[in-house]
Amino acid sequence: MKIGIPKEVHDGERRVATTPEVASQLIKKLGFEVAIQSGAGVTANFSDAAYSEVGVAVVEDAKKIWNDSDIILKVRAPEFNPDLKTEEVDLLHEGQIIITFLWPAQNPDLLKKLSEKKVTALAMDSIPRISRAQKMDALSSMANIAGYRAVVEAAQHFGRFFTGQITAAGKIPPAKVMVIGAGVAGLAAIGAARSMGAIVRAFDTRPEVKEQVESMDADFLELDFEEEGSGTGGYAKVMSKEFIAAEMALFAEQAKEVDIIITTALIPGKPAPELILEDMVKSMKDGSVIVDLAAEQGGNCKLSEAGKVVKVHGVSIIGYTDLPSRLATQSSQLYGTNLRHLLTDMCPEKDGNAVVNFEDEVVRGATVVKNGEITWPPPAPKLSAAPAKPAEEPAPVDVAEEKPSWVGPAMTLGIGGLALFGLGAVAPASFMAHFTVFVLACFVGYMVIWNVSPALHTPLMSVTNAVSSIIVIGAILQIGSGEKLIMWLSGLAVLITAINIAGGFAVTRRMLEMFRK
Amino acid sequence: MNPGIVTVSYIGATILFILALGGLSNQETARRGNIYGIIGMFIALVATIAGVTANIGILVGGLVIGGAVGLILAKRVQMTEMPELVAILHSLVGLAAVLVGFANFLGGSHHSGVELTIHDIETYLGILIGAVTFSGSIIAFGKLSGKITGNPMLIPGRHWFNLGLLVASIYICKMFVDQSAAGHGGGLTPLLIMTGIALLFGIHMVMAIGGADMPVVVSMLNSYSGWAAAATGFMLNNDLLIVTGALVGSSGAILSYIMCRAMNRKFLSVIAGGFGTTSGSSASAEEGEQGEVVAMEAHEVAQLLKDSKEVMIIPGYGMAVAQAQHIVYEITKALRAKKINVRFGIHPVAGRMPGHMNVLLAEARVPYDIVYEMDEINDDFPNIDVSIVIGANDIVNPSAQTDPNSPIAGMPVMECWKGQTTVVLKRGMATGYAGVQNPLFFKENTRMLFGDAGKSLDEVFKSL
Repeated sequence: MKIGIPKEVHDGERRVATTPEVASQLIKKLGFEVAIQSGAGVTANFSDAAYSEVGVAVVEDAKKIWNDSDIILKVRAPEFNPDLKTEEVDLLHEGQIIITFLWPAQNPDLLKKLSEKKVTALAMDSIPRISRAQKMDALSSMANIAGYRAVVEAAQHFGRFFTGQITAAGKIPPAKVMVIGAGVAGLAAIGAARSMGAIVRAFDTRPEVKEQVESMDADFLELDFEEEGSGTGGYAKVMSKEFIAAEMALFAEQAKEVDIIITTALIPGKPAPELILEDMVKSMKDGSVIVDLAAEQGGNCKLSEAGKVVKVHGVSIIGYTDLPSRLATQSSQLYGTNLRHLLTDMCPEKDGNAVVNFEDEVVRGATVVKNGEITWPPPAPKLSAAPAKPAEEPAPVDVAEEKPSWVGPAMTLGIGGLALFGLGAVAPASFMAHFTVFVLACFVGYMVIWNVSPALHTPLMSVTNAVSSIIVIGAILQIGSGEKLIMWLSGLAVLITAINIAGGFAVTRRMLEMFRK
Repeated sequence: MNPGIVTVSYIGATILFILALGGLSNQETARRGNIYGIIGMFIALVATIAGVTANIGILVGGLVIGGAVGLILAKRVQMTEMPELVAILHSLVGLAAVLVGFANFLGGSHHSGVELTIHDIETYLGILIGAVTFSGSIIAFGKLSGKITGNPMLIPGRHWFNLGLLVASIYICKMFVDQSAAGHGGGLTPLLIMTGIALLFGIHMVMAIGGADMPVVVSMLNSYSGWAAAATGFMLNNDLLIVTGALVGSSGAILSYIMCRAMNRKFLSVIAGGFGTTSGSSASAEEGEQGEVVAMEAHEVAQLLKDSKEVMIIPGYGMAVAQAQHIVYEITKALRAKKINVRFGIHPVAGRMPGHMNVLLAEARVPYDIVYEMDEINDDFPNIDVSIVIGANDIVNPSAQTDPNSPIAGMPVMECWKGQTTVVLKRGMATGYAGVQNPLFFKENTRMLFGDAGKSLDEVFKSL
């Protein structure tokens, strides 16, 4: 099948749906043919030459791409193409598969148009959030980039260092960053801000992320309030009024203290919750920065404007909605890899034929239109990405054994003592002398062996093996016998113990030679 | 030669043997210890040979031929075959004990009364232990080299069978002592029958033990070879043999104990054999919780390694099978050159013999100061970025800690899942030796790299 990648036409969109690296795998491993519109990768720093080097056909004519491909890979949902002066949806034809971000909940009209065109459409934003689909989760990979970029943008508009320093010219306090919403983007922002040296604190309504926040070396802000905010699919849900009041009080208090606020709070399918009110912005120090990652959905801060940076009450409020696109090379690479994983899933035979198999939970979830029939919304996914409730956690194995009873050792001692006594009563003195040596030697062995380093257990075995060939002495003592049979038995014993002596010591030596610092 | 000088030589040899074992307490003194052992053996041989009056030709011939064979064996053996070599060498000690015992018996005895009885029992025990060691080691050799299947062979009523053999050998012992006391060289028949029984017992005992219990078996046979030498020493009234035998015997016994503790199993239950067959019900209860495994490509693993700071490598028997130790060290070198701290964590029962992994890593020239024991590094896992598990399964199974019904519950394991990411190299999804599913593979921070460990690591190395 032919895969086509048209140039993105959305204003300011720099990403591209595949990179040369991804394309080469699509061709080599999955057996697809790939064609790309000339210049599609330029804004993400992938030249046409780089694509053709790995066997991608570079096509000048956008129409040809739309027309000839069986599968269209895109980043942005189809929209009006200013170069061709036509709607991209109209360029599709029956039987084609289009895979891109579609936002079916927000774009019912687009969904309808796609179904009229009798195409199959997979929305990358509708990939179910289950463990197996993590590698295709484009929302997560884009959120990751957005979180990182949010910190970079904040640094750009912030007039100071992030890290604290003591210099000859005076002391510089570290910047304080508050991240609201510790999802993928929030965690990425925490990580980036931490590694630049800022003091980071984070808030989230879902208590289970506390551990993740703390693992990134940030402080988790907690409310003195019992309510859990985990919804299905690992996203947050709407909280009660009382909770929100307590939350707002916390934010108001923090706003006075922190220099940078990064908000990432989103509830799927709902306008973004308003978390930073105007008077909180007023209370912030001059030169502070707010980055509102939810600006496109109305903003977590009322003053933010989608796609712009505004300065209100001395605070820069960044409302960029294209943060992933601002890191186009990285985001194209991750998005392309997400697409490749999805195509790998759809093409189990690796013969270049993608099939839309509704048995596959991931493909089922992502498919919003199948051959013209709207299949959105999909049935609810079976698994949540959130960890199971702690109640299911298995209790640690009770390793404590019952108290050591004194009966066992006492019995052993008693029996041993009796046996020794019995032996002493009947055995002649010569035997007892040897027996003394034997028992003492056992104890010497016991003491010596416990000191042997475990790394040397194999050499220990080979050397004890060589040493135990001392039994050769027994054979030598008898070899002088006049009887032929005894002589031959002893001779044979000498022969095999000699193998053992030489072999054991030599191999020990060989092994020990190898141990080096 | 003057008996006083012989005795002094024996005392010297004894001291040198103790120093040889003591030297193994660390790597620096180990080589010196081995030389002490060689000198001790040399002194003992010279002192004894000096007293031989006849048949010197056969004696020297045996020593020279045997020594040459031994040296060639030691030179040729692959480090991965070390368990087999050790097993076959054990069998030689056992066989020698049998031969010496028979030779001594045929030579007649100048004892009488209680002394004769004790001497007969000593002879009997020496041959018995020697025969068990001999046949058991041969079977262990077969299992280790793959000539015999590693699965435990369980005959019905095997415990009764063993018990029967034990009772029979006690009864035959009495028969032997009586016949021997009657004089006229009597008692050969019971001795031969007992040898047969002992051989059968050795075979049956090791056949019933599975492949991964081999560390216990090999160290146990090591111990037996020592006890056989000690019994021979009693028989010949020779203190050097007694002391050396006791040293080796207790050494092997301690090793067996350490191995059993590392598997959290009782020595008797290992010897009784048949591990992993009685616990089917609990293993199936586990199946409900299985999840998805996440596979990874070699170049992704390479990337992961490059981006980490702390790497832990956990080798298992699979590394020995794939002969992957050399490429493991190449990777280690490449990573260390990038200032990544690579360490090795060794579980006591990894491999088929105590210390097996250490020897393999040493062969690949891995410096021993980056190779750690489980107890030394288990607490470090939370700081580890990437753990690489190479061909190990049960020793990294978290259910040993979480599932009280698991057959391996309570066994100490390497807690690699506490690190950032664990990469497991494995040929397929088969369960480990214990037949227990390993929840580690389904953990969110575990990635699988399927395929032959050697080839996969080769690719990882190329991508580095």
